[in-house]
Amino acid sequence: MIEFTLPALGADMEQGKLLEWKVKPGDAVARGQVVAVVDTSKAAVDVEIWQAGTVAELLVQPGETVPVGTVLARLRAPGEKVPEGPARRRISPAARQRAAALGVDAESLPGSGPEGAVTLADVERAGAEKPSPAPAPERMPDMRQAIGAAMSRSKREIPHYYLSEPIPMGRAQSWLDAFNAGRALPERLLMAVLPIKAVALALKRFPELNGFYRNGTFEAGSGIHVGVAIALRQGGLVAPALHDAADKPLPALMQALSDLVQRARSASLRSSELSDPTVTVTNLGEQGVESVFGVIYPPQVALVGFGRVSPQPWVEQGVVMPMPVMRATLSADHRVSDGHRGALFLAEVRERLQHPETL
Amino acid sequence: MNDDSRYAQVISLLQEIAPEVEPEELVRDQPLRRQVDLDSMDWLNFLIGLHRAFGVDIPESDYGRLVTLDDVVGYLRRKAG
Repeated sequence: MIEFTLPALGADMEQGKLLEWKVKPGDAVARGQVVAVVDTSKAAVDVEIWQAGTVAELLVQPGETVPVGTVLARLRAPGEKVPEGPARRRISPAARQRAAALGVDAESLPGSGPEGAVTLADVERAGAEKPSPAPAPERMPDMRQAIGAAMSRSKREIPHYYLSEPIPMGRAQSWLDAFNAGRALPERLLMAVLPIKAVALALKRFPELNGFYRNGTFEAGSGIHVGVAIALRQGGLVAPALHDAADKPLPALMQALSDLVQRARSASLRSSELSDPTVTVTNLGEQGVESVFGVIYPPQVALVGFGRVSPQPWVEQGVVMPMPVMRATLSADHRVSDGHRGALFLAEVRERLQHPETL
Repeated sequence: MNDDSRYAQVISLLQEIAPEVEPEELVRDQPLRRQVDLDSMDWLNFLIGLHRAFGVDIPESDYGRLVTLDDVVGYLRRKAG
């Protein structure tokens, strides 16, 4: 049996409300298929499954709010036989769910229902006998609170260090102007994609800035999935992943970014986009700030910030010239990297942006 | 097409991107991006909307001429006829 559990869609998610099942018992599901829609405090998310199989039973009903890790459904693995005979206890879905919530082993309880089925009442009885911990306080499903919780955790647990580097953007700007000049509106690139691509490429040489710090150790990311901070119109933000950003040509990256922004704002993100980012990029230059020193989104270990591109006096080969300059910043986790490597990383991002044609 | 229907269509395209926009609160001769919170992605999508609805191509070099709602409507009047 495969257990399909409610995934944590980001560090700030503790529970989710099942809105809709996209599958029913008996359906075959493929890896990566969207099987359910779950409401987090931030958005309704299309939840994907990562194992193929056949849906055996759905354990949580639409409308129920359950903690992260709750078994939502059971599936038979490919080739797995439908179990038969008396070995299998009959347990009502409600009883099973309640048992999970109470931490009671429903399989071991005496059943008072038809054919010895374990009922909700059996579970409640067992739960009452078991000394129970104090109930968790009811939490408002509020985005501000969720962001506050994640950022508090970050500031409490992650020893941040911060670096800042001005990047001349003259070459990138000229290259972009020329690229866009011959193209119709829908094919044009925004400046925002160049720094994202530069970060993704630079991370290939700095794996200690790309991944997760969990259970006291660093796990390097299996890919470079750049979380992009997207402000939502109603307030708050999400930072879903641009998957494999280093491998996408700029037009494909632009398309993916445009699609991601649109779906973030219409609340139709996929679960993998929320759980996969291995690093975050935030760009606040549009709001006019020169630089942003971000708070790392746990369990990630780095956040790269970009400020506005503005003309400044710049000295190159002893000559002062006007130059569009953008300030890049790095917030990184001192448990995993240090300022020396962080500085080399920012230098690599700057260097990449001097050769926009290679991005 | 007259200017009134141009204004109406431009505002409805704007509302697709920024649903919170109240048409009566927009000041036509004041910078649009100061009145409505539009980032460069929103702005590009707004221009793509104009491009599709009015059949005009808007070169990047013209972006600087599209500051106010009046500018946008005047530009469309000249380019799209």
